[in-house]
Amino acid sequence: MTQENSTLIIKDAETYFVVPISRPDFGSSGKTGSWRTERPVVNEEKCTKCLYCWLYCPEDTILRREDDMVYVDYDYCKGCGICAAVCPVNAIEMVPEVKRGEN
Amino acid sequence: MIKTLTGNYAVAEAAKLARIKVTSAYPITPQTTIVEKLSEMIEKGELEAKMIRVESEHSALAATLGAAAAGSRAFTATASHGLLYMHEVLWWTASARIPVVMAVAARAIGAPWNIHVEHSDVVDQRDTGWIIGIAQENQEVLDMTIQAFRISEDPRVYLPVIVGLDGFILTHTVAPVNVPDQKDVDNWLPPRRQPYVITPESKIAMGNMTSDDDYYMMRYSIQVGQEAAKKVIEEVDQSYGKAFGRYYGGLVECYRCDDADYVMVLMGSWAGDAKEAVKILREKGINAGIARIRFIRPWPAEILREKLYNKKGVLVFDRSISFGNAGQLFTELSSTLYGMTNIRGVIAGLGGVDVLPEDFANEMIDFVNKVEENGKVYDPIKWLFPAKYRNVKIEEVVS
Amino acid sequence: MPVRLADFPRVRYGMPGNAACPGCPETMGLRYVKMALGDDVVLVIPAGCSSVIQGYTPKSGINFPILNIVFASAASAASGMQAAFESQGKDTTVIVWAGDGGTGDIGFQAMSGAAERNDNIMYICADNEAYMNTGIQRSSLTPYGAWTTTTWTGKKEHKKNIPMIMIAHEVPYVATATVGYPQDFIDKLRKAAKIKGFKYIHLLAPDPVGWKFDPSLTAKLGQLAVQTGLFPLYEYENGKLTVSVFSRLYRKPEKRVPIIEYIKVQGRYAQLMKDPEKIKGLEEEIERQWKWIDILEKSSNPSSVAQQIIKENK
Ligand SMILES: Cc1ncc(C[n+]2csc(CCOP(=O)(O)OP(=O)(O)O)c2C)c(N)n1
Ligand code: SF4
Ligand code: SF4
Ligand code: SF4
Repeated sequence: MTQENSTLIIKDAETYFVVPISRPDFGSSGKTGSWRTERPVVNEEKCTKCLYCWLYCPEDTILRREDDMVYVDYDYCKGCGICAAVCPVNAIEMVPEVKRGEN
Repeated sequence: MIKTLTGNYAVAEAAKLARIKVTSAYPITPQTTIVEKLSEMIEKGELEAKMIRVESEHSALAATLGAAAAGSRAFTATASHGLLYMHEVLWWTASARIPVVMAVAARAIGAPWNIHVEHSDVVDQRDTGWIIGIAQENQEVLDMTIQAFRISEDPRVYLPVIVGLDGFILTHTVAPVNVPDQKDVDNWLPPRRQPYVITPESKIAMGNMTSDDDYYMMRYSIQVGQEAAKKVIEEVDQSYGKAFGRYYGGLVECYRCDDADYVMVLMGSWAGDAKEAVKILREKGINAGIARIRFIRPWPAEILREKLYNKKGVLVFDRSISFGNAGQLFTELSSTLYGMTNIRGVIAGLGGVDVLPEDFANEMIDFVNKVEENGKVYDPIKWLFPAKYRNVKIEEVVS
Repeated sequence: MPVRLADFPRVRYGMPGNAACPGCPETMGLRYVKMALGDDVVLVIPAGCSSVIQGYTPKSGINFPILNIVFASAASAASGMQAAFESQGKDTTVIVWAGDGGTGDIGFQAMSGAAERNDNIMYICADNEAYMNTGIQRSSLTPYGAWTTTTWTGKKEHKKNIPMIMIAHEVPYVATATVGYPQDFIDKLRKAAKIKGFKYIHLLAPDPVGWKFDPSLTAKLGQLAVQTGLFPLYEYENGKLTVSVFSRLYRKPEKRVPIIEYIKVQGRYAQLMKDPEKIKGLEEEIERQWKWIDILEKSSNPSSVAQQIIKENK
């Protein structure tokens, strides 16, 4: 067993030590973007940078550019649609995913 | 310094000498005076620790585990129903590999209510991953408790440890106890070590899901820790012996068992009475001895096999029973000595029933006669009824 | 102090790629804890959705150090951790993050103990109104009329009012919040973190899976719960109860959004939709909430009680 597929190992002649510990990291359940059936698409023309979508996204997959224009981390966005629902100016549209695993 | 202490006060002194930082416990007879004493020590400023006066035993061990996981030396104590109530948390603690020490004042389990000595509560924890020791007398209670911290915090082990002491017989009976100096304990007991600490810096999360494969390997790892503990317990006992002049024999105390033909196997305070019985038996020409189990986990299979494989017979006394089968020491020892020698298991002393040196001697004589007559004996279960019910037909007892 | 969104640094507060369902209120809530309190925090999590949300070792999908613990004793484990940190001279905030079952049912005894001892921990109940992790069974916090897999025709009993029970413990701080109003929740978290002793925050966490609504509506339902008056936002501090800004308007029944707006989007209330008589049961829950608030507001404000008496005597 190596460091990658277990958690913590102290290895010397007499000990085989594995404990159930983890550290916060992206993708503890894989690339959850593949769960999506609809993807949020931001219309930059309409967006007023109010950051509501950023505030409410449960996954932290709405990201902010330097100028606070928002964009989506499609690797992990689960497609819940909250961002679109909370946007006051309807600047986010939920579009059906065409092919699975496109990302 | 020699002090006259009850077993429970010996536990408290030991916890103090180990400089515990957090303790949490819930009252239950016959453990209660441990919490009371620790509370007093803390309030008087003799012990610099925090006490969390929880609302249950389940919480007591959870709080102890929490403190230990956050990096502090922590201690708890319980008995009987309290120990059963915390059973779930015992598994969690051992699997977390967090060093913790707990004293257990061994006591019967209801119904009906009975506060006297029995080992059922302690042996019920055999499968949890904890290291489990049981002491014979107050001095050993103190020494074993101090040792327990070093065993638990040894990187080869990293498992929690139970120190068992017989309810009332030890917990509430005073005896002279040699209490080591703080500075000597400080020199002997290394600062706390543990495999990980849960802090904002470490960012560690303990106990989320793992793959079944990794789970399996974690189970294997606990077994490796238990196996390593066999060596560590022996080492620690020897090193303690060098430092403080008292060595107990590691996992098993062998009392006149090397030259013995017949050996009694048992654990706890009644080993003192059994030792008296050995004297009686030797006077009668029976070469008897005792293998006193100091630790049931890890189970000292190798030592017991080495000491007992060539004996004429082994007589096991269990102060507990696994209903529907036999005494737990008996079943464990049967598997260890499979096919090697004659073995009989006696269930005695449940619920604090007295067992006198003569009782041990008589049982041994009966066993020896049976072995010499029949050649081969394998008796999984023999009941040594309380004196009042002996020689009474069972039908009469029942009606 | 109002929270300005643009002032938050552009860092990831949550932990993407976790095991939560889409639209999960618990991941939302946990992210707000991070936004409010930063890094000097350790969580204690009993069995429940949040223990699963973390995903598999060696990664964890929650952005905090965590002691996962058996279902019944989260508060005690937190007390232990806090005691250890304190004895090490650290003032790390130890937070229990538990579900409504882990708070109001099996974990209640341990929580009540920690509250009575006034241990210096924060306790957040993420209330999704049922045992979600085991597949939507009723808890004592499931509201009247709601379907669960152990109340097929709708729960007959009313929701247990845990925040009020915590107020009865006379702890220094009790508050209600919802993921529908993150700024309010963040304010309360920040305030609580500064208070020494036991802090309790009850976070309503609308759950798309267990409540059977479209996952895009999680935040909206949190807001509707407040706007219908069903879940009033308030704080209780130094013996004084204050209704929070977002709830003030809705103490007047005529200002409230009709309860039907809240229940019609939730599949778990399908039975109620068929039987208007039963909707009254839920309306009663609203009245109960505000009745307690009225009583406490008056009693916690002696001068108003005095004025009342003077008025009555006139
Ligand atoms: C002692 C014990 N009993 C039962 C369970 C099974 N169990 C795990 S989580 C859970 C329900 C959790 O419900 P809640 O606390 O409301 O949290 P949620 O999952 O809704 O977030 C149950 C019953 C357990 N883990 N331990
Ligand atoms: S769809 Fe959901 S997960 Fe994806 S960015 Fe929008 S709020 Fe976040
Ligand atoms: S909620 Fe809408 S307007 Fe506001 S930042 Fe997001 S996309 Fe832009
Ligand atoms: S059942 Fe509800 S609380 Fe649990 S993970 Fe899914 S959305 Fe979150």
